[in-house]
Amino acid sequence: MTMIESDVPAAWKDLEARVTAGDRFAGLFAARAAEGDAVALSAHIATAGDIETLEVTLPPGAARYPALTPRVGAAFWYERLIHDQLGLIPEGHPRLAPLIRPGDPLPRHVTGYGLFTIPHGPVRSGVMESIEYLVETPGEAIPHLNMRVFYKHRGVEQRFAGMRPSDAVLLAERTEGIASVAHALAFCHAVERMTGCVPPPAAALVRVLHAELERIANHLDVAVRLADAAGLAVATARLALHKERVMRLVSRMCGSRFGRGVVVPGGVSALPRLAPAELRAEVERLAKQVTDEAAALMATSSFLDRIRGTGPLTQERARVHGALGPIGKAAGFTDDNRLTRPYDGYPDLAAPPARAHTAGDALARLRVRWDEVGQSFGLLRLAADDLAERPAGALRASCEPSSGRALGWAEAPQGEVLYDLSLTDGRVVRCHPRSASFHNLVLMHEVFAGDILTDFPFIEASFGLSVAGVAL
Amino acid sequence: MSIWVLRGLRDGVVTTRWPAKPDPYADAWRGPARVAGPAGHDSTDRQADVADLCPTGAITVSDGTVRVDQGRCILCGRCVAERPGVFAWSRGATGPGPAALTREQLVVPELPETDAAIQAARARLAMRTRALRRSVHVRHVDAGSDGSEEWEIQALLGPVYDIGRLGVFVTASPRHADVLLVTGVGAHGMTGPLRTTYEAMPDPRIVIAVGTDAVSGGLLADSETTTGGVGAAVPIDIWLAGSPPSPFGILNALLIAVGYLTPEGRRSR
Repeated sequence: MTMIESDVPAAWKDLEARVTAGDRFAGLFAARAAEGDAVALSAHIATAGDIETLEVTLPPGAARYPALTPRVGAAFWYERLIHDQLGLIPEGHPRLAPLIRPGDPLPRHVTGYGLFTIPHGPVRSGVMESIEYLVETPGEAIPHLNMRVFYKHRGVEQRFAGMRPSDAVLLAERTEGIASVAHALAFCHAVERMTGCVPPPAAALVRVLHAELERIANHLDVAVRLADAAGLAVATARLALHKERVMRLVSRMCGSRFGRGVVVPGGVSALPRLAPAELRAEVERLAKQVTDEAAALMATSSFLDRIRGTGPLTQERARVHGALGPIGKAAGFTDDNRLTRPYDGYPDLAAPPARAHTAGDALARLRVRWDEVGQSFGLLRLAADDLAERPAGALRASCEPSSGRALGWAEAPQGEVLYDLSLTDGRVVRCHPRSASFHNLVLMHEVFAGDILTDFPFIEASFGLSVAGVAL
Repeated sequence: MSIWVLRGLRDGVVTTRWPAKPDPYADAWRGPARVAGPAGHDSTDRQADVADLCPTGAITVSDGTVRVDQGRCILCGRCVAERPGVFAWSRGATGPGPAALTREQLVVPELPETDAAIQAARARLAMRTRALRRSVHVRHVDAGSDGSEEWEIQALLGPVYDIGRLGVFVTASPRHADVLLVTGVGAHGMTGPLRTTYEAMPDPRIVIAVGTDAVSGGLLADSETTTGGVGAAVPIDIWLAGSPPSPFGILNALLIAVGYLTPEGRRSR
């Protein structure tokens, strides 16, 4: 549902009231249809069963507009990005420094005797994505953290323009490579909502299989990084072994270790190459191994000591910001698209209920991930059984080329992925992908209360985000 | 803590024996598309269609010869699905095909003038690998990847691939590094940091472009914020296609860089 307004302050006031009442702010994008045209701002609001768009058209030639951030703090990075991309000034924004091309040096936030900045990145120790953290510290404590995130800005959003959906889904898979399936799903859901084409039931189940395996691999990756940060060599190796097994299962199913090429507009490209009985047996074996290893890790007190109370996000901040995925769930804010705005096979597969967590620290985030892994194995069992009983049929409904605009979403391992897609005559005019990584990373500024430098790798790993999905 | 000692013994040895023994998973790897047969049995206009199949423009047709530039192939498989008589997947992550010493070598079937260039590149590489001996240190730089290449490089540090057994170690400092693994499309923001890292490495140094993104920029080759591959920022010695490449493919390229394997994939010592 889209509402169009032209009175910016009234629209923002309305938006603020809705967020206060319990809706979730899900993103703010700006677009200029053509050079010299008026700018349209689109704010996305997640409601109980849908994601709605509030579109505000600025007067032609307007160079500034009243900022949303003072009313809805979660718009902080979104408005800085709009400023970078369109040169539009959100008036009243608390800190309108460039995000894509930050100045050098960045201004210090905290000052005092003996305070200095440790720059860390963009080329970091180990095999990591490029991002620069600037840690302002008197020696141990971290009173403030700065980030330069856009070193690896690839221009993904601009590249979408002009593509056919069948090509664009390949780019969506590479927008955030470790959540390829979720991004492909969110993109295809947007296409499917616009054209009204419905993936056949078997395709909907294959999508669930791949999405859940991707979730397990991602959560295992976070566990590997946490165990590695704690110096648990055996646990690191064991968890990495399980992750490799999951990725090999995915490659046996579809030929790609990241589930690429499976999800296409209207359905999936092929059934898993693995026989259903074999797939079921593999899932069972993996479930046993992973559950067992997780239990051992969560009983290792030297490990738990490092993550208990580390990097806490308050429940209030999680709710107000609309923190996505495991970060939100760990702080008592749960909005899982698989349950609240279900798609594909999820409405028919009863996911086991999740436990509630409220501590908001790195330990709670890991607990949420293990809970989700358990849920995922449950969903894999149900989907694999369902698929085995289903007679072979079509896997792909044809989506006619069309014009229009639609939102698509999917629950990635990092949280909600949102695509705002406009097509004209079957070609992409505009495509704004918004990863959970982008929405959540800004919260990293706020979780260092009482933590020290050696807690940094734990906090970063426990967020489990991908820089590629932020810098696009 | 004692639980982990016993857990470490579970499953026995899970590490691959490759390159001493063949590994079925490495051989089953579905690599970039290759040309399996001639195009245009039916009519000439379908020859032109063949080139349009590819979303990254990897397919070219000249004088009736169809070629695939595997350095542009993102492994989407569209050409294989649409024209199975003309295109097929290449198989196997190791062996002579996957790691190329020149950019042109990734074009299949081979262009006529590449052979001499490959010989020259081999000689240059051999001269430098002589100095590396058995133990090498590797530095990685992400120049705009989608994040998946990092996962595949990290997998090499895990128990299944375990590059430590071959004397290959990841180092934080470029000063200790012999080999530079570069991933990503060549984002402008990373050109400076990538150059700085490269220049901080002591000679001899070997650079591996890991993945189709690093080789050509992939789908983002023409993006205004990238250089379309990392070759514009640093000189590349080994080109590795794949979106992302398999861990075995990266391991294979590393062992060629060290001189442990010849570019044909044979043991050299």
